[in-house]
Amino acid sequence: MTDPEIVEKINASLSEEFELELTSMVPEASLFDDLELDSLDLVDMVIVLEQAFGFKIREEEEIRSIRTLGDIHAFVIRKKHQIRQNL
Amino acid sequence: MQINRVVITGMGAISPFGRGANVLFAGLSGGKSGIRFLPETTAIRGLRSHVAGRIIDCDPTEIPRKYRRSMSAGSIYAVMATQEALSQGNVSDELRTGKDMGVAIGSTVGSIGTLEAFFRDYFSDFCLERMRSTLFFKIMNHSHAANVSQMLGITGRTLAPAAACSTGCQAVGIGYEMIASGKQRLMLCGGTDEFHPLFIATFDVMNAASIHFNHTPERTPRPFDRDRDGIVCSEGCGMLLLESLESARSRGAVILAEIVGFATQSDPSNIANPDAGSIVSCMRECLENAGLKPEAIDYINAHATATIEGDASECEAIRILFGDTVAVSSLKGHLGHTMAASGALELMACIFMMRQNRMIPTLNLDHVDAGCEGIFHVRRAAEKSIRLVLKNSFALGGVNSSILLRRLIHDRSGNR
Repeated sequence: MTDPEIVEKINASLSEEFELELTSMVPEASLFDDLELDSLDLVDMVIVLEQAFGFKIREEEEIRSIRTLGDIHAFVIRKKHQIRQNL
Repeated sequence: MQINRVVITGMGAISPFGRGANVLFAGLSGGKSGIRFLPETTAIRGLRSHVAGRIIDCDPTEIPRKYRRSMSAGSIYAVMATQEALSQGNVSDELRTGKDMGVAIGSTVGSIGTLEAFFRDYFSDFCLERMRSTLFFKIMNHSHAANVSQMLGITGRTLAPAAACSTGCQAVGIGYEMIASGKQRLMLCGGTDEFHPLFIATFDVMNAASIHFNHTPERTPRPFDRDRDGIVCSEGCGMLLLESLESARSRGAVILAEIVGFATQSDPSNIANPDAGSIVSCMRECLENAGLKPEAIDYINAHATATIEGDASECEAIRILFGDTVAVSSLKGHLGHTMAASGALELMACIFMMRQNRMIPTLNLDHVDAGCEGIFHVRRAAEKSIRLVLKNSFALGGVNSSILLRRLIHDRSGNR
């Protein structure tokens, strides 16, 4: 899966779960202020991403510092690359 | 001790006829049936009854996702019905969100469908990693009350009485007592339930569900009729806005009716079948609570769900206390049994009848059963001045409840 495909999959998954317009899902969009997600949504966001990409990220320290959609894109891309390297 | 008189100033309904109190009243007045054949239930092994009253015209997406994510269908119905009651009651945002406003909303079971979906997934691999954070908020015993309070910014009391088919009546009664005693100025009260085949199965397994009218659903249930064969389960929500008479007058609210009596009692004789003596006792306490004699009552809205034993017990109780002079009808023939919503939806219909001076007859009562004779059955729509109405609701578990409504008339000061 290429990086653009990862981004597309993230956006599609989050759009479906949180009923977000794809046009609003720009990398600089703040999860809280722009996409209007809250702490409960962030818990579910982790679950959605785990299901979409088949990895476990709930215990990752880095998740707590995620603020924008772009942060999620970067985090998941890094995670997928790490997994590939460890294969 | 009663400090305040309590009146009703708003109503909201989600019923098998559709959305809105006026839709409910039009269906009842028109002698329509909200019962339909459910082809999807024919695949359920062991289920013999395939009829129900379903809600078909509620669009959940009207409710913002942030609130909807913690709601099952019962909460969605409750929010919509509550919004209608608040709108009719002309309640300001300030009044709605102030500490004077509370809610009492219950259901028979929070959300069986949500639990089924969770456990269906969980049992596939005993994994909890797919569980959403909002699951619990949909299955709490007070889920519907909590969701209404969250969505509408209620800051007074949030209560969730649960007494199966007595829930709606109890919720209104609790609201009445709370306002009467001065604990709250306004209360949004009612019941809500969402359909699940388990409701039908619950009565079917006890041989108390209607099973002979699957292909003529509009002919069942048949309260008091010799051919009645049991309950038809429905879903919906009824919500009433209660407030002190002083509050209603001070803000110029339209007063729809006054609540003048309430009683709820336990019937420990049997967990499934109501006993006539217990029903008499409950109705008598309600009359005493209002300081009224049986002969003062103009109309009784019966619980009468069309079970063989339940209808006969209620008839016997009415015969003992009221004889054959007080008009009686059941609305289950139109609506089916809307479970926790039934008490509130049927109280709304009583208010409609009082304000229209018109009695709605029991639908599908073609031949009064021998066990249901000796009371004054309303068999056809009739013009009648109705000032005092007694409403009964009885529940599995042995919980009886009765409420007395009065149409307000001009008092000496000229107030209504």
